[in-house]
Amino acid sequence: MHAYIIRRLLLIIPTLFLATLIVFFMIRLIPGDVIDLMAAEKQAVTGMDREAIAHELGLDIPIHVQYGRWIGDIFLHGSLGASLWKKIPVMGLILERLPVTIELGLMALIIAILVALPIGIYSAMRQDTAGDYFGRTISILAMSVPGFWIGTIIMVFPALWWGWSPQVQLIRFVDNPLRNLGQFIIPATVMGMAMSGVTMRMTRTMMLEVLRQDYIRTAWSKGLRERIVVLRHALKNALIPVVTIIGLQMPILIGGTVIIEQIFSLPGIGLLQINAIFSRDYPIISGVMLMMAAFVLCMNLIVDLTYSFLDPRVQYR
Amino acid sequence: MSSEVAPAVIQQEVKRRSFLVDLLIRLVREKPAGTVGAVITLLLLLTGIFANFLAPYGYNDIHPADYLSPPSAKYILGADNLGRDLLSRLIYGARISVIVGLSATAISTFIATIIGVLSGFIGGRFDTIVQRFVDAWMCFPVLVILIAAVSLVGPGMLQIIILLGLLYGIASSRVIRSAVISIKENVYIDAARAIGCSDIKIMIRHILSNIMAPVIIIFSTQVAAVILAEASLSFLGLGIPPPTPSWGGMLSGSGRTYMFLAPWLAIWPGVALSIVVYGINMFGDALRDLLDPKLRGGIGRYGTKKSRGKGVR
Repeated sequence: MHAYIIRRLLLIIPTLFLATLIVFFMIRLIPGDVIDLMAAEKQAVTGMDREAIAHELGLDIPIHVQYGRWIGDIFLHGSLGASLWKKIPVMGLILERLPVTIELGLMALIIAILVALPIGIYSAMRQDTAGDYFGRTISILAMSVPGFWIGTIIMVFPALWWGWSPQVQLIRFVDNPLRNLGQFIIPATVMGMAMSGVTMRMTRTMMLEVLRQDYIRTAWSKGLRERIVVLRHALKNALIPVVTIIGLQMPILIGGTVIIEQIFSLPGIGLLQINAIFSRDYPIISGVMLMMAAFVLCMNLIVDLTYSFLDPRVQYR
Repeated sequence: MSSEVAPAVIQQEVKRRSFLVDLLIRLVREKPAGTVGAVITLLLLLTGIFANFLAPYGYNDIHPADYLSPPSAKYILGADNLGRDLLSRLIYGARISVIVGLSATAISTFIATIIGVLSGFIGGRFDTIVQRFVDAWMCFPVLVILIAAVSLVGPGMLQIIILLGLLYGIASSRVIRSAVISIKENVYIDAARAIGCSDIKIMIRHILSNIMAPVIIIFSTQVAAVILAEASLSFLGLGIPPPTPSWGGMLSGSGRTYMFLAPWLAIWPGVALSIVVYGINMFGDALRDLLDPKLRGGIGRYGTKKSRGKGVR
């Protein structure tokens, strides 16, 4: 088991290395330049020309040298470079905003699972009853209705009808835990919605399959209560594909933070990224993308590791 | 002798010709939700094609006098901040969704097929290297890599289509690759090689014709995802630039100030988007169930009559 984890962690490194190539070269080779953007702004103020700006930003050296320096900094100093505009280390900017995104993502994940599992299980237990159709309708709706639309509706209509609008200023958890959670619950629900739809569907499908197995009939005929049969015998065996699909949804969830943080103006990684993109702040864009890639790879590993917890027959070698 | 063979050949011909009809009959009979989805998809397609006949006004006909006019007989769904008819813009928006959805998915299916077939068929070190790149590509959230790429090439319909096609194509090449690997082991591939077929001929004649089911499935399941991705991009202001009416762009943040004065602007583009995504998803699901023999007769198919009746107890 330990050997397996170490080998998987080592395997992340080449993938991440390729990811750095994609991040770095995609962003710098495609036309459209921060220098043009800055030149427009700075020339008026300081009279700096393009070359001077490029030199100041370190963009005048050959691109492979730039890449080498960037990678070297990451490995040697754990640094992702500095923002081109603010001159602040990117790592600091990311770490400062990370708690917001983590809280948002974690809450979305918890809400998605809390909604998806019970409804999915119930749907499977009472297949083709009104309750099942209701559950299935909810899951299809959750998958089809785009989150950014629901977010927009939430921003517009409560404000119109009751004069209520979501808090714009961030309330930190340490200052007021309850109000902080209250601020995050709506964006997190919107974000978790799509995920819960997919998960609900997978839960129902897998439960239906497992509930028809012989050992479930045995469990029934032993006279076990429904709760025990469903939760202890069936659910645990149905969970592996469900966990897999939750893992597969992680990149979508992370990508969703960009939109949700924008709508609800939460100062997280997503908002940082969007603003960096509009100002073409390369180091921030590449830094955030790399962090997200590393996170997704780690989540994939964690998902694989939960298999052995859910099913002792799964062995890692 | 020849008279015995002839009827069998004819029968086969008839069977082959009626494949689509057969699929349609099974769709209607076995998949009510899928049928609804098919109807929605068809309606979207027709709306997109005939947008200029259906829309009462042009998508950019500005009527300053009717600024934010509420729904009325003149403007059934109301007008926006430039006095443009919302219904007409929705109808033209369907055309944008159709164009982006179909062309980006076509590109993506093409790319997925090329990468998947080459990687799966050639195998060995080539496969390993290609797959590591696909791995690296897939660890980025789609939306994040999209907004980064769009911000660099600039917004525009053509850019969006190519980018979406490329991104989804690389991601779904996995499915094609695994299908190719399992087909490659068949005896008829060895037979083709034994009679002297070149690799390229084997790939085109024998592999490609046998992976049509996953190819169609990828195509049908990706249209909705692509439409949604375009809407999200346009919503962020990184998609199709105005005045072209994209459903996502119509909900975009810059228009939100007007939504407080004219709430109908916030409702209809989202409704249209949700219905279309629902319809295409349901249609794609039904198509997958009907086409994929492994899932046929399986459990958990939406809206099937065959899987019903057997309760838990």
